[in-house]
Amino acid sequence: MTALPPISGVKLGLVIDLDTCVGCHACVISCKGWNTENYGAPLSDQDAYGENPSGTFLNRVHSYEVQPEQGAAQTIHFPKSCLHCEDAPCVTVCPTGASYKRAEDGIVLVNEDACIGCGLCAWACPYGARELDKAAGVMKKCTLCVDRIYNENLPEEDREPACVRTCPSGARHFGDLGDANSDVSKLVQERGGIDLMPELGTKPVNKYLPPRPKDTGNEIDILAPLLAPIATETSGFLGWLDRTLEKI
Amino acid sequence: MHPAPSVILFSVLSGLGFGMLAWLGIGKPPVTGMSAFIFFFVAYALSVGGLLSATFHLGNPKNSLKAFSQWQTSWLSREGCCAIAALTVMGIYAAGAIFLETHWMFLGAIGSILSIGTVFTTSMIYAQLKTVPRWNHWTTPLLFVALSTFGGALMTGQVIVAMYGFVAVGLIQLVAWLTSDNRFTERGSTLETATGLGSIGKVRMFEPPHTGTNYLLKEMVYVIGRKHAIKLRVIAMLLMVFIPVLMIGMGAKHDIKAVIAVLSHLVGVFASRWLFFAEAEHVVGLYYGKRG
Repeated sequence: MTALPPISGVKLGLVIDLDTCVGCHACVISCKGWNTENYGAPLSDQDAYGENPSGTFLNRVHSYEVQPEQGAAQTIHFPKSCLHCEDAPCVTVCPTGASYKRAEDGIVLVNEDACIGCGLCAWACPYGARELDKAAGVMKKCTLCVDRIYNENLPEEDREPACVRTCPSGARHFGDLGDANSDVSKLVQERGGIDLMPELGTKPVNKYLPPRPKDTGNEIDILAPLLAPIATETSGFLGWLDRTLEKI
Repeated sequence: MHPAPSVILFSVLSGLGFGMLAWLGIGKPPVTGMSAFIFFFVAYALSVGGLLSATFHLGNPKNSLKAFSQWQTSWLSREGCCAIAALTVMGIYAAGAIFLETHWMFLGAIGSILSIGTVFTTSMIYAQLKTVPRWNHWTTPLLFVALSTFGGALMTGQVIVAMYGFVAVGLIQLVAWLTSDNRFTERGSTLETATGLGSIGKVRMFEPPHTGTNYLLKEMVYVIGRKHAIKLRVIAMLLMVFIPVLMIGMGAKHDIKAVIAVLSHLVGVFASRWLFFAEAEHVVGLYYGKRG
């Protein structure tokens, strides 16, 4: 059904720390790997070894430069995948019921057996989170690794999305954002987590943690004042050594 | 947005076909027998042909039947249901007119409403999208419905209605163009709101996420068309409105002037519809530094 379910208590999603992300694209690759071998049609590539390679990815890392009014510009790496919105416009536009939001945990999924590949859900998404796979002709999107997080055949530490599991800098966190006491909710609270394009009213579940304040670049170091010479006249043993060495 | 030829062909031809059906449904002109067959044949060829061309746009058309199921939420599903209902009702009405030489008025009226309803649902597929500010406005359904209604009037020989209607179409088109040019900016989505980094400062793209192209860029970050937008707008307006109005004003009726009016209008609507897609900017372009 493409009607949105009643808002569930459980809201599984990601919290992405823009302060910590180093832009290594490991999450992009692990996502492509897991989702090509598992749930649904594989993520195909076209002309992969030719002149104009392109392909389907569920997660991509943009890099931006932000220029504050004062101080140095900051480079910020920006991973982007489906935000599993509470008010997901991609779900309600689907004519076949292939696109749906799960009532029990809020994950937005595509039932590929019902998808006609019209692409309207990708048009409705502001975030570019959906890509029509050219080989399979069906819509692909982040599943929040629904085939990992509940998979009892995997060791417990692997029961989180592939992107989170692989992130070497700990910039990606997975959890229940519907539970105010969960680790991810506390993180959002402490760091002032934000929504992307809030003006469009999609109410994303995934949150982004803005970079922590940087120094302004006016001082070399807060320890700099302590580095100034403290004694101009030398005395004692070092004074004698200084004077003696001068004479030689 | 990528101006897919199949979608442009579909929306223009089916719009005209359903417009014809709407007039035929209220007995204008009150044709029966062989001449009714010809009118209905043209109307069905346009509307059904348009619908079929739209299926070429699908990545996985084998599941098409399922598209009639989600009419409660999806405008695309509503369009499918409405189109089938209109074609069925008008089919029965047409059979009465062709074979029994009778007009079932009530059935025809319902068929007319369903025909215009189909065009309205088509327009709402675009008008509902907040992600494409240029489309997300009342002028979109008004323009689609007006084009279909008065294009249909021309095709069914209601030339005086068509003449005044085209003047209205021209005004609606003008309002649609003029009010939509700044709407992307007015809605306030920027790279700063898209990334949430505006509180730090001015954001610009440093590195795209991929060196080549992808589905998103091909489908939603189409930028080529805007170069000649002004020239194309003038051409569209001349062909879609001015020349047909001029031809009708010169007394077009079952002659070469009528043929010129129809062909000119059709080509003009194609140009207008091409611009409708090519000029539309999707907010996802912000993430790629391709907007503003």
